Amino acid sequence: MDKNKINMAYSKFVENRLPKTKFFPSLLWAFLVGGLICCIGQGISDALVAIFPSLSKDNVQAYTLIILIFLASFLTGLGVYDRIGAFAGAGSIVPITGFSNSIASPAVEFKNEGLIFGLCVKMFSVAGPVIVTGIVSSMLVGLIYYIVGLL
Amino acid sequence: MDMLLQYLIVFVVGGTICLLAQILIIRTRMTSARILVLFELIGVFLQAVMLFEPIKQFAKAGITVPIIGFGASLARGAMEAVKEVGILGIFTGGLTATAAGIAAAVGFGYVFALIFRARSKKS
Repeated sequence: MDKNKINMAYSKFVENRLPKTKFFPSLLWAFLVGGLICCIGQGISDALVAIFPSLSKDNVQAYTLIILIFLASFLTGLGVYDRIGAFAGAGSIVPITGFSNSIASPAVEFKNEGLIFGLCVKMFSVAGPVIVTGIVSSMLVGLIYYIVGLL
Repeated sequence: MDMLLQYLIVFVVGGTICLLAQILIIRTRMTSARILVLFELIGVFLQAVMLFEPIKQFAKAGITVPIIGFGASLARGAMEAVKEVGILGIFTGGLTATAAGIAAAVGFGYVFALIFRARSKKS
C-alpha cells in the first residue's frame, strides 16, 4: 500500500522532471543544428582544398571527418556537446560528430569505474552496434558485388 | 554567389536528414544507437545501388557529414576492394575505407576521457 503510493509519487516526480520535448521546436532545432554542423564540415573541407590544393578528394573528406571528430570529442570532454544535444536531438546525433560523441561521452562518464571495464568497455555501448552493423553490411555488399562481377 | 548557394544546399540537405531522424525519435522513441545504425544502413544501401555518388556531387558535406556518409564509405570501400583484390576485398574493404574515422573517434575519445573529468549533469 504505502510502497504503491511512494512508487506513484515517484513516477509522477520523474515525469515532471523529464524534459518535455515539444514537437515542432525540436524539429526546428534538429534542422538548424544538423544543417550547421554540415556547413562547418563544408567550410573545413573548402579550407583544406584552399590550403593544400594537392590533396585528393578522398583525403580531403577523410581529414574533414577527422577534424570534425576531434572537435566533437573535445567539446564532449568539456561537457558542451551534451548540452547542445539536449535541445538539438537528432541534429547532434546523426552527423559524424554524434558518432564521435557517442564514444567520448560514456568514456568520460565511466572513467571512474576503471580504465578497462569502465572507459574501454562503455566506449562502445553505442558505437559498437554502429561498427558491427557497418562491418557486416559492408561484407554483404562486397559479397554481392563479387558475385555480380562473376556473372 | 555560387558558393553561397552551395552552402545553402549543404545546410538544407544536412538539416533535413536530421529533421527526419528527429521525427523518428519523437514518433517511435528510438534510441540514438538505433538512429545511427538505421542511417548508416541507408548510406550503405545508397552506395550499393550507386545513388550516393550523384547525391554527393549535389549536396557535398550535406550528405557526407551525416552518418549516411560513413555507411556509404563502408560500402564503397568493400566494392572497390573487391574490384581490386577479389574475395579478400570483402573482408578488408569496409574497415579500410572507414579506418580514419573509427581510429579518430576512438583515439580522441580515449585521450579526452583521460584528460577531462565527468561533470555532474545539471539541467
